[in-house]
Formats: sequence, C-alpha cells, structure tokens
Amino acid sequence: MSEAALLSIRSVSRRFRGLSAVDNVSFDVPPGHIVALIGPNGAGKTTLFNLVSGALTPDSGDIVFAGRSIAGFRPDQVCAAGIGRTFQLVKPFAGLSVLDNVLVGALHHTTRVASARQKALAILERLSLADRCHVPAAALTLPDRKRLEVARALATEPKLLLLDEVMAGLRPTETDQMVEVFRRLNREQGLTILLIEHVMRAVMALSREIHVLNHGELIASGAPEDVVRNPHVLECYLGEESAV
Amino acid sequence: MMLPPSASPGLASALNKRGVALLAVLALVLVALPWFASSYVLSLAIVILYFAYTGQAWNVMMGFCGQLSLGHSLYVGVGGYAAAALFVHFGIGPWLGVWAAMGACMAFGAVIGALAFRFGIGGVYFALLTIAFAEFTRIGFDHWEWLGASGGFFLPVAQREFNDPFNLRGSGRMFYYLLLALDVLAFAFCTWLLRTRIGYYWQAIREDPEAAQALGVNTFRYKMLAVLISSAMTSLAGVFFAFYYNNLFPEQIFNMGRSIEIILGPIIGGLGTLFGPILGAAMLTVLADGITEALRMVGLEIPGVKQVFYGLCLLAVVIYLPQGIWPALAKRLGIGPRDGHRQ
Repeated sequence: MSEAALLSIRSVSRRFRGLSAVDNVSFDVPPGHIVALIGPNGAGKTTLFNLVSGALTPDSGDIVFAGRSIAGFRPDQVCAAGIGRTFQLVKPFAGLSVLDNVLVGALHHTTRVASARQKALAILERLSLADRCHVPAAALTLPDRKRLEVARALATEPKLLLLDEVMAGLRPTETDQMVEVFRRLNREQGLTILLIEHVMRAVMALSREIHVLNHGELIASGAPEDVVRNPHVLECYLGEESAV
Repeated sequence: MMLPPSASPGLASALNKRGVALLAVLALVLVALPWFASSYVLSLAIVILYFAYTGQAWNVMMGFCGQLSLGHSLYVGVGGYAAAALFVHFGIGPWLGVWAAMGACMAFGAVIGALAFRFGIGGVYFALLTIAFAEFTRIGFDHWEWLGASGGFFLPVAQREFNDPFNLRGSGRMFYYLLLALDVLAFAFCTWLLRTRIGYYWQAIREDPEAAQALGVNTFRYKMLAVLISSAMTSLAGVFFAFYYNNLFPEQIFNMGRSIEIILGPIIGGLGTLFGPILGAAMLTVLADGITEALRMVGLEIPGVKQVFYGLCLLAVVIYLPQGIWPALAKRLGIGPRDGHRQ
C-alpha cells in the first residue's frame, strides 16, 4: 500500500429521487493498473462513471484524482485533469469524418490542427480504424463506433481511461484484439484503465482487480480469480454458468 | 500503412482545381458586373450579396456551432441604429461607427448567450429567447424618440453623382463593391475559422455537446464565441443597411420576417457549408424576384407571393435535399472534394 492511488473514490453517494444509485462506494485505482467494475444492470456502474467524469455531481463523498479533489468538476475540467472516457451509448460526431472525430480529441493539447491530425491518424492506426478515416462517423458499424469512442478518448492523452462497455457487441476475435490494444497501452504507456464490462472474457484477460457493484453498493473487491468464486457475487451477478 | 495528412474533409472542404477555376470566373463576373449591368440588376445583386453576407454570419452560429437563432434581425437593427445615430447626432462617420455597432451587438449577443448557456437553455427554447430579444428591442426602439421612434430614423440623402466612401455616401456601384468586399472577407474568415481549433470544437458541439465536453471542450466558452462572432458580423450588415437605404424603421428592421429571410439562404443552400449561404441567397433572390416580375408582366400583382415561394422552396429542400443544395450541386458539378481524396 505504499503507492498512492491515481484515482480514489471515497464514500461516494448519489441518489435519484430517493433511489440510491451509488451508495457509499469507496475504492482506489492505483497507477498503472487495469481495474474492472462489474455488476448486474442497474447496479450503478455508469452512474459511478458519470460521477467521476463530471457528468454528475456526488451528493456526498469525495473523488480524488492525482492528489486533488475533482468532485464537482465540469466534464471538460475532468478531461483537462487527465481522465478520458467513452460512452456506453456511443456518441460519435456523426456528421464529421472518423479522422475529424479523433482530431477534436487531439486538439485538447495543441491548437495546431496539422499536428493534431497526425496524432489522430496514429491513434486510428493503433485501433485499426485508419482505413476508414475519411468515412463519416455515421457510416460506421457499432463495433467500429466503439473503437472510435476509445480512439477519441485516447487522443486527449489521458492518464486514466474510463471504458464503459466497449466490448459489448464485439465478436470474440474482436474482443481479443481490443484486449490486446489495452494491454499494450497499459504496458507501453503506463495507461491506467478503469473499465465497466459485462464480457467476462475481457474482464478476466485484462484486470488486476475487480470491484463488484450491486444495488449501488460495493459487494466485493479483489483479485479476479477470488471475486469470481465469491458466493455473493455468483448469486447476484455471475450466476451458475461462471461457477464452473 | 500511414496515411498522409490531408486537409479537413466535409464541412471545411476546399474546392478542387475545377472548382477554383469556376470560382475565378465567378469572381471576374462579380467584379465586372457594375460596368455592364443595368441599375435594376445592380440593385438585385446588392440584395443577393446582402443576404449572402447575413446568411454567412448566421451560419457561424447555427451551421457551425448548432445554436439556432431566429432573431438575427436584432443585430441588423442594433448595428444599423448604432452607426446611424452616431452619424446623424454626432457626425461620427460609419468607419468609426461600425465599431460601436459591433460592440453594441456583441453586448446583446453576450447577454443572450450568457442567459441561455449558463442556465442550460438549448434548442427550441434558445431560439425562442432570440426571438424574444429581437421583439422587445423592437418595442424599445418603437418608443425611443431620440432615434425617431416608430416614425423612423433618417440619414441625410446623398448626392449620387459624387462618391464619398469615408461617409458611405454615394452610388449603388460603390455600395455594391463595399458589399462584395464584405462577402469576400466573411467567406475568407469563415473558411479560416473552420480550419482552426475553434471550428472543430464548434462542429463537435453541434454534433454532440456531451461528447465534446468529455473531450475537454469548454462548451460554454465556445458557444459564447460563436454568438459573439456571429452578432459582430451581422452588425456590419446593419451598418450597410442604414447607409444604403438611409432609413430605419423598428417595425421593419427588427421584424421577425427579416430574421427568417436571413436564415432561408443558408438552410436552402446548405447549413454549415461555406458556399451554401451564397448560393441560397442568389437562388432565392433571383427566383423570388423573377416570379414577382413574371406575374406583373401578365398583369397579376399578388401580395405575399414571395413568401409563398420561400415556403415552397423550403419545403422542397427539406424533402429532397435535407443537406441543402450546395453539397448536391458540388457533387454534380464535380467541384467538391471526393471522399478519400481530399486536399
């Protein structure tokens, strides 16, 4: 426990008209780790992401990133602090080309469009989207749109990347490709990743720790192999199939 | 495989060689026009250039940044009155007055923008707010005796044999060139804007404000910038209007119909495109005037025929060319950049 957490979620709660979407959740994401957040639908995973990324403000608790509180920041301020996010329901700039989509992200660190374009191309290359870079984003298939979400977020050069179900809808081979991309980013650039995911194949392949949410509460945390054997987790989320 | 960097596709599109050649011919015709055109054609050309300019200015807000203003007559009116008042009451020429006009319009824009964007008023409600501001400003000017109130505000009529460009007193030809220069400047400015970070951030906001914000775009700041630039640009049209027509009536200049006339060109020509506002203004003005003239020749004078025509045009474009006429035309003429081969 010597290393300080990059992201520290401290007793964060958020309610919607009396319904507790996130209830007193605390956990840390150490720098350089890949951490997964799993749980059944409606468990509060995306709400937690929205709290971290500034789309929502916590009712109580604190969110500390790289040593300073970011609770109540606007989303663009959270981005400037070094957190990139993807959206579960993808939000491409439909009328812009794939390249321009990523270019917008790359402009975060430079006002020079030409150099931002170079960077965007390099990122598209990395996500195997370069051959589609002049296509309007509206023309992409769903898996490609998910990749575009990742590319755009990466273009802002985040220290921490929040991935909201980017594997959903991908074929197993595509999932493995995506997993490899994140592994390399993590290994080569030290990118820290917090991901929400239902595809256990990806979760098990990527994550060093798993946190499980149910009804807004954290019900389990730990190493992947321990969490998937946790009877409580099996009961409320993973079910019989994973108990093999 | 690393692809070469290319110019921005889509909205900030450049023309290809053929397009540039056509543009050069057009430029030549426009420059030479006053020397062979009749005064009727010249006045028609002035109307076209006027709406091309106001359309370009409005397009910055709606076409680029996605903020719908239905009250742009506000900026025409405030700009026109500001410069005219300085001229008539204090003898301050329009080249100085234009700065006051810009300042006044930007102040109005800042208030509207701050109110709307700070409190998250968007879409239709934002449009209603712009109408409300234009309307209550009209009512205010209707009762402002210092500026002639509802009776109108008049500039001393110029002698047309003698051009005085410093005071914008002169012939139609002078006004034509002035407006042509304004159009060229506005076009160049908008082209440049679309190629900067500002332009990309505007388009991102237009397409999806939430996603833009997640990518670090301060949406409040960039939307404000769009309103300020658009209102400042529109104010110049107001100054021109005042000095060209020499009269200002609140009932006319702040009229909502005027706001609608401003936005028809860019919508029909192609929202968010650089040539759309120009093409739209030219088509609407020529066709509407042509219809009115043709009907007059057969002895029919139907009031409102122009408005009906505008409505039909809008209907046709919305149904058949929802992107506007320019993108389709550029493709047909082979002058737009092709997908995948942009330069």
